[in-house]
Amino acid sequence: MTALSLTVPRVSARLRGWRVRPGLVLGVAFLVLLVIAAIAPALLTSHDPLEISTDGAFLPPGGDHLLGTDQSGRDILARMVHGARSSLVMGLGATAIGVTVGAAVGLLAGLANRFVEGALMRLVDVTLSVPDLLMALVVIALLGTGTVNALFAVAFASIPYYARMLRAQTHVVRRATYVEAATALGLPRWTVIRRHVLPNAFKPLIVLATIGIGNAIGAGASLSFLGLGTKPPAPEWGNMLSLGIQYISNDWTMVAIPGLAITLTVLSVTVVGRDLKRRSEGRAV
Amino acid sequence: MRHLKRIAIRLAAGIGVLWGAATLSFLALHATAGDAALATVAGDGANPTQAVLDRVRADYGLDLPLHRQYLNYLGKLLTGDLGESYQQRIAVTKAIGGQLGETVQLAVSAAVVAVVLAVGVAVLTAGRRRWIRSATSGAELVLTSFPTFVLGLVLLIVFSFQAGWFPVSGNGGVEALVLPTLTLALPIAATLSQVLRTELEEVLEQPFILTARSRGMREAAVRLGHALRHALIQIVTMSGFVIGGLLGGAVITETLFVRRGVGQLMLTATTTKDVPLVLGVVLLAATVYVVVNLLVDIVYGLVDPRVVTA
Repeated sequence: MTALSLTVPRVSARLRGWRVRPGLVLGVAFLVLLVIAAIAPALLTSHDPLEISTDGAFLPPGGDHLLGTDQSGRDILARMVHGARSSLVMGLGATAIGVTVGAAVGLLAGLANRFVEGALMRLVDVTLSVPDLLMALVVIALLGTGTVNALFAVAFASIPYYARMLRAQTHVVRRATYVEAATALGLPRWTVIRRHVLPNAFKPLIVLATIGIGNAIGAGASLSFLGLGTKPPAPEWGNMLSLGIQYISNDWTMVAIPGLAITLTVLSVTVVGRDLKRRSEGRAV
Repeated sequence: MRHLKRIAIRLAAGIGVLWGAATLSFLALHATAGDAALATVAGDGANPTQAVLDRVRADYGLDLPLHRQYLNYLGKLLTGDLGESYQQRIAVTKAIGGQLGETVQLAVSAAVVAVVLAVGVAVLTAGRRRWIRSATSGAELVLTSFPTFVLGLVLLIVFSFQAGWFPVSGNGGVEALVLPTLTLALPIAATLSQVLRTELEEVLEQPFILTARSRGMREAAVRLGHALRHALIQIVTMSGFVIGGLLGGAVITETLFVRRGVGQLMLTATTTKDVPLVLGVVLLAATVYVVVNLLVDIVYGLVDPRVVTA
């Protein structure tokens, strides 16, 4: 009896939690769809994203081509589905590089002596004084355009944020009583760092990185839109959009579809990231 | 005295940041200048002799030892000489100066619109009924998730192509400024109003607000006269974010609306690998950032005495 009366409210509380956050459910569902599109695009479309259909160009949505065809008669749905992979690769790849390098710099600054810390953090200040997009453009001006360089550019621009947050977090954790206790117990410095400082300093980084994935996807699409990232005819949402602009006065669906996809992706990642943040801060879900 | 000391420290830090930025620029220039000398004389298929290459390298000062090149570079920067654009063959300062007016006009009008919108929305919605706040914060979330170019396209499709109210592109007149301004301003306004509302709601809980209300002050007067003054400090601290949004957004907005300006210049320079011009724009951005932050610091100390005593 008691067991039952204890479990019932918990379950219903969880259900209520889901019911008041339909945005989160939609966001997760959209991201799952994206992952499926990235891993197995053939499940979602039978058309080839590069194949020029004989049915004609500028077909309206409907029929065999669910979202219509573009100016060369290519299936827009197929291009959208196949474009999901490059968006996810951009988001995950750039964030992974940014977090890794940023975390290394931040940790080094947080654990090293004051001189090294001062030098590293001034360097971070310098890079933060330049807007992210301009920073990315500098990297592209030095390395050249293209998918991989755009990914590096987006990653590079994100490094200072991760570095700054991890350094601050390292300082907080180092002063925590459990670290003091571990040191007092006579554990070697590196054991303390590995076992106590690192895991606790990384926790908030995961939340920041989740939101960062959304920003990286948006930034990557912006670079392709500017003609600096993935080039046509490869299916990529940013370059589909900039191509569509030429025909915007007769057919705005070619612009609206990739635009909607980019926005929904960034929005979904942000919603999930904010939920993670709320949970990690222990606020009511 | 305390004010002066604090400002002096901040000034030194700002100069340090600019010096760092200049040093990184020098390194970037140095890493690519070899190619550049080749690129300027070896355009399509031309095959310059070693003598020609040497002369170009001497022209750029590339034959000097590294520390001399570095000092030369810093010395030139101090006199306002940012070098010469590889592609346009004119001084970088001249190339930027020719485009600056249009971008300043766009950025200033976007900043004003963003702050006015954010303050207006935050004052009207802070501490109101639940559904009003969820609706506004939902709209803010969507606006901050729109990449700049998508937002601009939505505005273009709705207001230029469907309604026909505003021109599609160009620099001519006030009408041509409306959509680019909104494109730049809306995402910034959304973020600012999120922060401002949270701050306002906190201030509205304070005892001095209760005192003001008990004196019979009207709600509008409480919000505008008392709460807003405190909450605005939060907006001032976000000026760095605002500048970043404006300058980064200008590249995309100017491209989308085919406007002249520094953003457009930056994009062209990036595509043509015109490194001196790219770095010139970046140094300008860093300078604006440092100067605005310094001004904010000064104003801050005057507005909020706690900053100085802390």
